[in-house]
Parts: sequence; structure tokens; C-alpha cells
Amino acid sequence: MIQLRKNIASSDSGFIFNPATGDSYSANPIAADILHHLKSGKSVAEIKTLILGKFDVEAGQLEKDWDDFIAQLREANLTEN
Amino acid sequence: MQKEKYERPLIQKMNAGLMNKFGTRTEYEPVKHIDNVPVKEIIKKYGSPVFVISERTIRRTYQQALRAFRTRYPKVQFAWSYKTNYINAVCNIFHQEGSWAEVVSGFEYRKALGNGVPGNKILFNGPEKTNEELELAVANDSLIHIDHFDELYQLIELTDKMPRKPRVAIRVNMDTGIYPIWDRFGFNYENGTAWNALTKIVASGKLELTGLHCHIGTYMLSANAYAVAVNKLCDLAHNCKSQLNTVIKYIDMGGGFPSSNTLRGAYLPASDTNPSLDEFAEAICSTLLQQGFKQDELPLLMLESGRALIDDAGYLLGSVLANKRLSDGRRATIMDFGVNLLFTAFWYEHKISPAQDFTHHTEDMVLYGPLCMNIDMVRETINLPLLNRGDHVVVHRVGAYNMTQWMQFIQMRPNVVLIDEKGETHLLREAETLAYIEQLEKMPVHLKEFNL
Repeated sequence: MIQLRKNIASSDSGFIFNPATGDSYSANPIAADILHHLKSGKSVAEIKTLILGKFDVEAGQLEKDWDDFIAQLREANLTEN
Repeated sequence: MQKEKYERPLIQKMNAGLMNKFGTRTEYEPVKHIDNVPVKEIIKKYGSPVFVISERTIRRTYQQALRAFRTRYPKVQFAWSYKTNYINAVCNIFHQEGSWAEVVSGFEYRKALGNGVPGNKILFNGPEKTNEELELAVANDSLIHIDHFDELYQLIELTDKMPRKPRVAIRVNMDTGIYPIWDRFGFNYENGTAWNALTKIVASGKLELTGLHCHIGTYMLSANAYAVAVNKLCDLAHNCKSQLNTVIKYIDMGGGFPSSNTLRGAYLPASDTNPSLDEFAEAICSTLLQQGFKQDELPLLMLESGRALIDDAGYLLGSVLANKRLSDGRRATIMDFGVNLLFTAFWYEHKISPAQDFTHHTEDMVLYGPLCMNIDMVRETINLPLLNRGDHVVVHRVGAYNMTQWMQFIQMRPNVVLIDEKGETHLLREAETLAYIEQLEKMPVHLKEFNL
């Protein structure tokens, strides 16, 4: 289970702010979507199903990109774990 | 319901600080067509990677170059530099436009003859010419550019059994203010070696001194260096007339004009730093006209430009093999072409465009080739839209040197395709096969079998 840090602020347009470090990030629409779902407490499986329903992407491709995206969040120190 | 277009999820850190005055984006439009032929169709028909050559661009570039010189000087002749791209069809486009051939080896010389270039319109340059090659060149009345004294004596020795007097020029190296001086080729002007060679040629009575040649460097960024070179060659030409009673018929200024590729490590793009061909033409022609030659003794201006005439006409189409993240978090993209095909990646920061639609999101990445070899890096850092496996890209300005310096290393060389002026595609060189690569190999009998 991936958990975003509680104090991370994000907007629908993809702006992310980490008050702990002062760093800000921009997310592309699909990344903003995923962050929104993570913040609302949805599970990884639920989010993936939502993405597969909304975007034109194969499950295999999403799986690969998901791992890479989580690595980006960790690299940016935006996750609890 | 139509699903939305997918793009890999991405976050990017926003950096506060001084703005980059050049901006961060390099590409705003995908390149989906080359000369109106869809990139997708080319790749579907000829595979990926594939080299594509635009006949229209070659002809247009050549005509522009010719115009730049002919409008400034009455007697101009281009000779196509075979080593820059010696795919026969490419050479023939230049020959159709009126270009002679400039070759630097017996192999290239025979290629030019095979293409149908008359022997007396071939300039034979280079430091290696065998007896057999020199005899062939003399029999064909080609212009032989002597590179060193050993070659001069070799040629004089051969003249006894030759049907005609060889027509020769010497290659002259000199200080034009550009460093390093290319003094490994030809005879030096400043220390008097060039003059010494000229007097020996005339004194031998066995050679017909016809021209003077220089090639002061490559990817030259100063037009003034050519003016210096013209002055020095013309000084020799005047001395030939006054002291050796020999009129020099042509001055060959070589090539070395840059293309619009950006050199690795350059701060500004080439379009901002490189002089135009008109500036080189102006420097060369105006200096030549100021030398006081009589109208009927005005030497022919010979040019051997290669890179500037062909680079823009060549494209390399390729596909993304994989995406990965390096240990420091950087994105790495692996393409199906590497330095085996794109030799010029060692010198240039090639412009690379995606061949499909993309959003405004981009990321910095390292672009690797497919070779299992650490040197195989096409761009150390490049900012591109998000690329997925199977996406296509177009590498621009690859017409010079890549199709001659490419390596059959690990991978075989791909198809080379021409788009003609009507938009039809033609295969110029077939993709290599294992049988082609192995046809020259021999297997000793005792090595034919083994048990594992």
C-alpha cells in the first residue's frame, strides 16, 4: 500500500507542494489523477482499474509505468513508505 | 465511450532560480512526414532503424551552394567528396547536378569510374595511392593531388612507362589562424616545402603541374581562414607563373564548410554560430578576384564540399526499445540505433524529434543505442516528450559520414531509402544479412566441427 505524506498539497491541475522541504512539482494529467486517488485513500488495485477504464492503455504497460511512477514519488520524498 | 489518450504518469520538480534564456523545450511539433511521406509508412515498409535520404534536399542544397559561388566568381566547379557519402545513387545525384568526383583511395576511385564519371573529372586525393592506382589514374587523365615527397618520386618513377604526362596538383597545408593546423596532409607553405615540391615537379619535366589544393580543416567556423588560404595559394600560383613559367589552371579550396548540426558541448546552437555558405563564398571569391590574375588566366575554383551539401538531406528513423531509470533517478531511453549507425553522435548533439503526437510534458533523459557496449550513447542529455516502447523518432542531419563510417559491430546495417522528388521511395542499399557478412570468411577444415 502506497501512502502519500499527509501534508502534501496537490491541485487538480497537477501542482504538488511538499511543505516539509519547500519543493514543488508539476504532474501530468494522469499523474495528477493517480495522486488524487491516492489521497482519497483508494487502494492500488482500485486506482489501476479506474485508470484502465479511463485511459487507452494495456494492463501490462500500466503495470510497468506504475512501478516507475511510485519510484518517482519515492525519489521526490512524497511517500510515507 | 472513447478512452482518453494515455501518457505515462510523470512528476517533475519545479526549479526556482534564473530562467534559462533558451527555454527548456527543443521540440514543439512531431515530425510525422519526410518530404510528405509518412514516417510510419517508411518504417512499415523498410523496417526500423532505416536511413532516409531526400533527393529534393540534396539538389536544393547543391544548387544553393553553386549559386553562392557562381554569382561571385565566374569559374566554379564542385567535386563530390565520395568519403562523405558514397552510396552510388547519392553520388549520381551530385553528378547529375554537374559535380565531378573527389576520391581519397583506389576503392573510391574505382567507385567513381563505376558510376560513369569520366576519368579526367576525378580528383584523386589522399596519402595512399599504389603504383597500380596511379597508373590507372594517369591512363584516365585524372587529376592527381600529391600528398608527400615519397608519392612525388613514386609518380616520377612511374612516368617512364606511362602513356601520357600525369596532370598533378600538390596539397598545401598552412597556418590560416585555425588550430590545430592540418599539417599531416600535403606540403607546408610557411617552411617552403610546398614551393620546393612545385619546383621539383616542374624541374622533372615529367609531370604537368595543373593545380594547387588545400583543405584547411573540417567544420570550420571562420570564413576568414579561407581568405588567408586563398592568399597563400595564390602567392604560390603567382610564383609558379613568374619563376617556373607555369600557369596554374585551378585552385582547389577543398571543403570543411560546416553543416547546421550543433557540435557536442557547444553553448549555442549551430544556426546561431555557423557562418553561412554565402559568407564562405564571399571570403573565397572576393579574395581570389583581388589577386590580379589576368582575365584569361583566372584559375578555375574547385570545391570539394561534402558535409555541407549532404548532411541536411539524411534522416535516421528509429524506434524506442525500452525505458528505464538509472541509479541516480535519471530517465534512460534505449533506441534501436546507436553509435554503430550514428557515428556522428560522437561529435554532434543531433536534433531528434518524436514522430507521433505528444503532450507538452517532457523529461530529461539519456539516449542509449542497442549495443551491449558502454560507449553506445546517442545523446548524453536531451529533453524529449514522454516516449513509450515502440514510439518512433526522427534523427535529423545525418547524411554526412554516417553511411560511410557506420560500423558492422554487434548489429548489421539497415536499409537506406531515397525519397525522390515525386515522393516515391526507392531502396538504395539493402539491409545486411548474416550471409552477406559471412561471405568473405573461411573456415579451416579442422575447425568445422565440435562437440559440446
